[in-house]
This record gives sequence, structure tokens and C-alpha cells, in this order.
Amino acid sequence: MDIVYAVLVQPFVDMYLDPLILIETVIKGLMAGVLYSLVALGFVLIFKASGVFNFAQGVMALFAALTLTGIMEYMPDGLPKWLVIVASLGITVVIMILLAVIIERVVLRPLVNQELIILFMATLGLSYVLEGAGDLMWGSDVKVLDIGLPTDIWDIGGVYVEQLDVTAAIAAGSLVAILAVFFTKTRIGRALRAVADDHQAALSVGISLQQIWVIVWSVAGIVALVAGIMWGSKSGVQFSLSLIALKALPVLILGGFTSIPGAIIGGLIIGLGEKIVEVFWYSVHGGAVENWFAFMLALAFLMFRPQGLFGDKIIERV
Amino acid sequence: MLYRETGQFKRNYAADQQLFPIFQDKILLAAILVVAFAVIPFIINDYWSKAILLPFMVYALVALGLNILVGYCGQISLGTGGFMAVGAYSSYKLCTAFPELNLIFVIIFSGGCTAAVGVLFGLPSLRIKGFYLAVATLAAQFFLIWMFNKVPWFYNYEMSQITAPPREVFGFLVSGPQADPTAQYLFVLGFLIVFTWIALNLVRGRIGRSWMSIRDMDIAAELLGIRPLQTKLLAFAVSSFYIGMGGAIIFHIWLGTVEATEAFDILQSFFVLFAIIIGGLGSVLGSFLGAAFMALMPVGLKVVLVDWIGMVPVTAKHIEIMLVGSLIIFFLIKEPHGLARMWQITKEKLRLWPFPY
Repeated sequence: MDIVYAVLVQPFVDMYLDPLILIETVIKGLMAGVLYSLVALGFVLIFKASGVFNFAQGVMALFAALTLTGIMEYMPDGLPKWLVIVASLGITVVIMILLAVIIERVVLRPLVNQELIILFMATLGLSYVLEGAGDLMWGSDVKVLDIGLPTDIWDIGGVYVEQLDVTAAIAAGSLVAILAVFFTKTRIGRALRAVADDHQAALSVGISLQQIWVIVWSVAGIVALVAGIMWGSKSGVQFSLSLIALKALPVLILGGFTSIPGAIIGGLIIGLGEKIVEVFWYSVHGGAVENWFAFMLALAFLMFRPQGLFGDKIIERV
Repeated sequence: MLYRETGQFKRNYAADQQLFPIFQDKILLAAILVVAFAVIPFIINDYWSKAILLPFMVYALVALGLNILVGYCGQISLGTGGFMAVGAYSSYKLCTAFPELNLIFVIIFSGGCTAAVGVLFGLPSLRIKGFYLAVATLAAQFFLIWMFNKVPWFYNYEMSQITAPPREVFGFLVSGPQADPTAQYLFVLGFLIVFTWIALNLVRGRIGRSWMSIRDMDIAAELLGIRPLQTKLLAFAVSSFYIGMGGAIIFHIWLGTVEATEAFDILQSFFVLFAIIIGGLGSVLGSFLGAAFMALMPVGLKVVLVDWIGMVPVTAKHIEIMLVGSLIIFFLIKEPHGLARMWQITKEKLRLWPFPY
């Protein structure tokens, strides 16, 4: 009976008795969810435009953050801080775009027309290359990333909110808005959607697939940079960043592989669920459920709705 | 000239259906076995055993298991590390609960436990496939490792790090810190050979063919009368059985002490997956070649970069990671069927050598 009570009753009693903790947990969960969404967003972009399941997205975020901190260290002394930050950001963006060009040339172009699973494994290999390259160039010790984001804590009626989390939420929101405009209003955006819809039809109306892929991977690289900055400012730039990014996978399953709003909402659900289970069901599991909760949730979800909340329905044709 | 089957007639079905029908293959195999059983045991020492031979053999067994699932049945799994942990911990529990039980049976039974867990996590494969399944198996990976770390029953309420108790097999000490490298080597070699032989026969028979038809097109396979439920779950069971035995051997023979979070983390899953990609998906030989490559390359690189060139070990490690990644991309582009296919092409060329048309 004790276990039933601990699972079904006690947590809700706790929630009722201490609403402040509940609110704080909810906010923390939502903010963590935003960070997951940022990584998941990059996955969705690439998956929509090329059908490639880019396993390296997490490592791309790590690579971007490492490059940024590395460049900031090598900037000459005496420059004003804002100039250092802007210049480093600019250089990092250029490097991410270059990276996209290289990936398209070296990895994607020779693998055109291969099965998707082969491409997936190629991105697995890519994640190793990027991880090794990032560490090789900038060293593998934990780095502090400081680009002047606010790090104070607001106290709103007893509930503590980290300003960094709010910044991350604003960044994610504006990214989604920019991407939405980019996808629907611009010429390139329309071309991207055409490619996502049907490769051959897009080719036949004169859209260059290779160009589109470079653009998509560049955009994903920039999204990775934003995600890397947010994660990096929060917990330092280190290898575990690429593993946290694995959490983006269950986010995608919840939200659907092809849906940008899905990535955001999936991220929020996962972040929220994870934190609430961690805090209120602590006596049942004894901690560290964050490692697997998201995956189990996704697994349970897959049983009922394999295409996710907002994904296109999976249709098999013979 | 050397490698040609001209004149080797098959006079009955049994001769036609041998595992190695070509005379030259038999000679090669016999030579390898002679070296493995009659030469290596006399020259083996602790370094060779722990750094080269044991890792190779253990990973060959695990890669064989994963290859059955990924290469033959086409179900992607990223949960290998978790399943190895199941093997290691169930062998620990069996070993401490039944101290008289022979280590051979301990390892086989822990393979059985892992097979049961594998079937459980294989159930989603009926509804989902591809990337979705990969995520589902990631759930297995993270959940199992967490469980072995958090539930004290699995490590007998002591430290979360488990240590293999000393055990004898046929009067030779194979487990524990005092174990004899030769005995350990022969013990693992015995397992590897027996279960390779079983795998070779499994994949060419009815079961293997049904796995391959599910891999190539599951809808068509269903129409042929192959039941997806039984076939996929069987692949999960057999694969987890091999992987679990590998995990038990890693724990008892190779490492001696393991901690679930370190010895069997997600990087292990990737390591084995890379081994079968480089070696060749859907090939028993490929599992061996891939395991050899992945187990020996770090050792070789360390010798070259650190001992010869004098590089800092950390830098060498980063170069190694990059090299593994680039090699995977290289293999996927140049030879998606891996080292096993290269060996096959070499054999085809050898047939005509030295007079190709």
C-alpha cells in the first residue's frame, strides 16, 4: 500500500501543500524544455528539407559553443567587450556556414540516393569528427561562456526565476518567428518547402538541391550556435552538452519529426514532465530520472501515435 | 591460381551445404584455428591478453549479436550498452547467489536473462521502425543503466561497483584478479567459436532467411507468410543473448570490476554499432573484422602517436575520435558493405589472378 500511496497520493498532496514549489518546478521545467526545443529545432529543419536525420545536431551545438569560446580567448586584449562578442559571433557564424558547405561537399553529395539509414549513420560519424575536431582545436576542459547574458535571479513573490532561462525562452521564441517568416515569405523558404515536399519535383522546376542543402545546414548550424550559447552559459561548455542534446530525440518523437511548433511543444512537455517527476516523485525513484524519463515517455507515446503530435501521418506504400 | 575451386566436385547434398565448401577456405580456417589454439596460448602474456586479445574477442561476440539484429533483421538498436550491462549484472547475481554454478552456465544463463529483457524492449519494433526504433532502444540504454545504479538489489546492497568473484572452470582459475591469462583466453575463445558456429548456421537457415526478408521489405515478407511478431522478437532475443554473454564476459574475464555508468554507457553502444558498420552489416565475418578494427585501432594509434611521435595522450585520443568518425563516413561512401565486402572482392580477384581477362 505504501508504494501505491507514494505514487498516487503523496505527490499531489505535496503539490497542494506547497504551491510555490510547484510553480517554481513548472517554470524550471518549461525553461529546460525551451533548451531542448532549441536543439530539436535544428533536427527538424534538416529533416524537413533533406529527410536526413541529423544525429550530429547536438555535437554541432557543442562545436559552435567551443568555437565561440575559443575565438573569444584569442581576441586581442584591449578591445571593448561588446566588440569582442560581436566579432566572435560573426566569425563563428561564418565557420558554421563553412562547415555546412564542407558537410554538403564531403558527406551529403557522395551519399545522394543512398538509403536514409546510411545517411543517419553518416551523421553519427560526423558527430565523432566534430567532437574530436572541437576538442583538438580548443581543448577538452570545461569552459565558461560569457557573452554578457544576464545571469541574475528574479524573485517574484517567492518564486525564483533565472534571467538566463527567460533569455533562452525569448531567443527560442524569436528564432521560431524568424524561421516561420523565412519559410513562408521568402523565395528561398518556399524553395526549401518544395524540396521537403518532393525532391524530384523540386529539381524539375529548377531548384538546386545542393544549394538548398547548404542553406539548410547553415541555418541548422546557426540554430545550433544559439542552442550552444544557451546551454553553455547555463552549465559551461563541455562534452556532456552533446549528450544532453540526445534529449532532443524524444522531443522530436513527441512533437513529430516534421513540425517546427511540434519541436517547441514537445520540448516543453518533456522538460515539464521531467522536472515534475524528478521533484514530486523523488521518494519513489530516488533521483536522476532525467536520464531516461524523456525516452520512456517517448516510448509510451510511440505506442499510440507514432507520427507524433503534429507530424505528418506515416503512410506505407508498397 | 591459388584460390580456385576448379575440380572440387560435390557428390552429395551434405558436401554441397557445408559451411566452408571451398578447400582453400578450409585450409585458411584450419591455419587460424591452429594459431589460435596451439601458438597463442604459449606466447600470451597479461598485456596481450587484456589490451588486445580479450577486447577483440569480446567485441566480436557483441558485434555478432548486434549484427544479427541490425544487419540481418534490419532493426536499429542503440541499446547495446544497456544490454551488456544486463548480462554483466545478471551474471553477478547468478554468481553470488549460486557459488557452485559453473561459470560457463552462469554466462549462458545471463545471456538468457538479457534475451528476456531484449524481447521486452523489442516489443515496440512491431509498431515502429527506423529512427523511431533507435530512440526506443535509447530508452532501454538509459533506463537500464539508471536501474543498475539505483536499485541496490542488483549489486547486493554493497557498492554500486561490482567485482567478479574468483571462479574456476575445469580446475583453472579464469575469473578474479589472480586468473591465468592463458586460461582466460582459451575460455573466451571457446565461447566465441561455439557461438560463431551457431550464428553461421542460424543466419543461413530458415530463421536467418526470414530475418533477411523482414529487413529487405517487411510488408512483402508478411505476404510471404513470415510472421513479423515472432521473427522480430526472435532477432531481438538472439541478438540480446549474444550481447548479454558479451557483457558477462567483459565483467568476469576482461575487466573484473565494472560500474554500470562507466563500463556500459551510450558510447559503448556507438562503439559496437561502428564496429558492424565498418566490418559489414549482415555478415558474420564482418562482425569479426569490424571488432578487430575497432579494438585494435586505438592500441595501434596509441603506439604510433604517443610512443613513436611523442604526442600528448589527450591529443592522440582526440585524433582517434576524429579518425573513427571520418573512417565511418569514408566506409559509408566508398564501401557501404564494409570490410567483409572488400574481402569478398579480393577473393573474386584472387580467383582470376594472375590471368584476369
